[in-house]
Amino acid sequence: MEFLSYLITGISLGSIYAIIALGYTMVYGIAKMLNFAHGDVIMVGGYVAFYATSFASSSLLGEDPSTAATVLATIAAVVLAMIVCTVLGVVIEGLAYRPLRQAGSLAVLITAIGVSYFLQNAAQLLFGANPKNFTPVVSGQLTFFDGQLRITNVALLTVVACIIIMVALTAFTSKGKMGKAMRACSEDRGAAQLMGINVNATISLTFAIGSALAAIAGVLMCSYSPVLKPTTGSMPGIKAFTAAVFGGIGSIPGAFLGGILLGIIESLAQAYISTQLSNAILFAVLIIVLLVKPSGLLGKMAPEKV
Amino acid sequence: MKKQYPKPKLVPVPSPNMVPERDVDKSPILECRHLGIDFGGLSAVADFDMAIGRTEIAGLIGPNGAGKTTVFNLLTKVYQPTRGTILLDGQDTHSMTTAQVSKAGIARTFQNIRLFSKLSVEDNVKIGLHNQTPYPMWSGILRLPSYWKQEKVAHERAMELLSIFDMQDLADHQAGSLPYGAQRRLEIVRALATGPSLLLLDEPAAGMNPSETAELMDNIVKIRDTFQIAIMLIEHDMNLVMGICEGICVLNFGKIIAKGTPEEIQSNPAVIEAYLGKKKEA
Repeated sequence: MEFLSYLITGISLGSIYAIIALGYTMVYGIAKMLNFAHGDVIMVGGYVAFYATSFASSSLLGEDPSTAATVLATIAAVVLAMIVCTVLGVVIEGLAYRPLRQAGSLAVLITAIGVSYFLQNAAQLLFGANPKNFTPVVSGQLTFFDGQLRITNVALLTVVACIIIMVALTAFTSKGKMGKAMRACSEDRGAAQLMGINVNATISLTFAIGSALAAIAGVLMCSYSPVLKPTTGSMPGIKAFTAAVFGGIGSIPGAFLGGILLGIIESLAQAYISTQLSNAILFAVLIIVLLVKPSGLLGKMAPEKV
Repeated sequence: MKKQYPKPKLVPVPSPNMVPERDVDKSPILECRHLGIDFGGLSAVADFDMAIGRTEIAGLIGPNGAGKTTVFNLLTKVYQPTRGTILLDGQDTHSMTTAQVSKAGIARTFQNIRLFSKLSVEDNVKIGLHNQTPYPMWSGILRLPSYWKQEKVAHERAMELLSIFDMQDLADHQAGSLPYGAQRRLEIVRALATGPSLLLLDEPAAGMNPSETAELMDNIVKIRDTFQIAIMLIEHDMNLVMGICEGICVLNFGKIIAKGTPEEIQSNPAVIEAYLGKKKEA
């Protein structure tokens, strides 16, 4: 029973990593760049949701609000966070990455790291360095087997959200002209342009989707560990990036699988081996997997043409 | 016996260029004036002057490295010309991007096949149809009725285009898994899907055997007749060029050394020199 509860914790933690990893993997697949600022977009999403819910509870809802009003306010806060993050993602892409479209990948990588620090410091200036106490968007838990197994509602919501996002994203990229335009850009940007596809717009759309997902991940993550500070996004960001590489970067099912496995490994390592060593174990597993299968679990090796 | 394709007479248009007689009443689909590009100090193409009639099959030939593909890259705005103008249907393409040129009506194939090889055959054609599948982004995300309707139209159009080369049965195959000849044909179908008024073919017969080349010649003429578009091709296979091209332009070291009908080109001393070298003085 203990094992089962650790497993469930792992799956729901992994679902958060998976949602973040989807953003990494889509941007990598289409724009061929690692957007290291992605983790900090999560943090921004968390702050927006935090301020929106506190504003709602302090000035809109009044004393003792009804359940429906609370739910509505929470949804509105999440949607607001998504909108802000989408705009932020598109602006970051347009200002920081687009001018470097023809530059080498190292220049873009360094810029991404720069954007990441910029967001962290901007958040510190705007929101202060003191950690904020985030109110989880959902509370309560389900109990099974006479209280031996507890599943929090946040965990359930996270897993459900992750599955919905994963299915919707797969449908979006496999059918329809925008999804096809994305896959065309991912394979051969030059040829896509010659087919009349606006590559810049397609990349912007990718950033918009990735950032909207980051906002959802931000809200879920802060409901999970309700401490919000300007560096909140960086560690989950790096772990999600690991998950994306683990599953095979560029592949949407790969990001999903990598995220879930990473969450399970982390949760079990914390429970049975050592809490302090859990991150070390996590990255050790990544190194071993990449030694055996350098393209990641679901990644395909693309042979270089000679 | 070698098949004979009808050859129109070339007549001058109001520029130092010629187009087939049947196209003379209409303005040329493409006009290049003093087009040129420098790479560093090297002038890759210079003073490229050419007009193509609305339904002309034009050839661009020349020895290796003459700048033929560079001309295609200039026309599609993969390179921004250093000098000169390109008028596509009378419209200056100077400020257009590659994607806008494609929308305006130039489509091309590539010397080395550049299909989206991981995608299915049908999806490749549908990517060509991208700009003719008009529905807003929201409709695509929310799968509104206009999405389903337009995607159905795109599917039917893709099948219709594939049927030109009898490729409907291959629609679900992965493009990269097709045999070489079929990949070349698919590239042409994908280019046609963008709804071009000028189709650029970069060495369409490369790697084909004589019977495949003969079939390709029939198909190029058929495409021109069915779609009523202009076609410009780069080709080293002289049977193909001399067989179907109506106007031919010969490039050497980035400069036009001869223009005219196939007969004129075949007897032009400058062309013979470029291909075979100078005759030794006796």
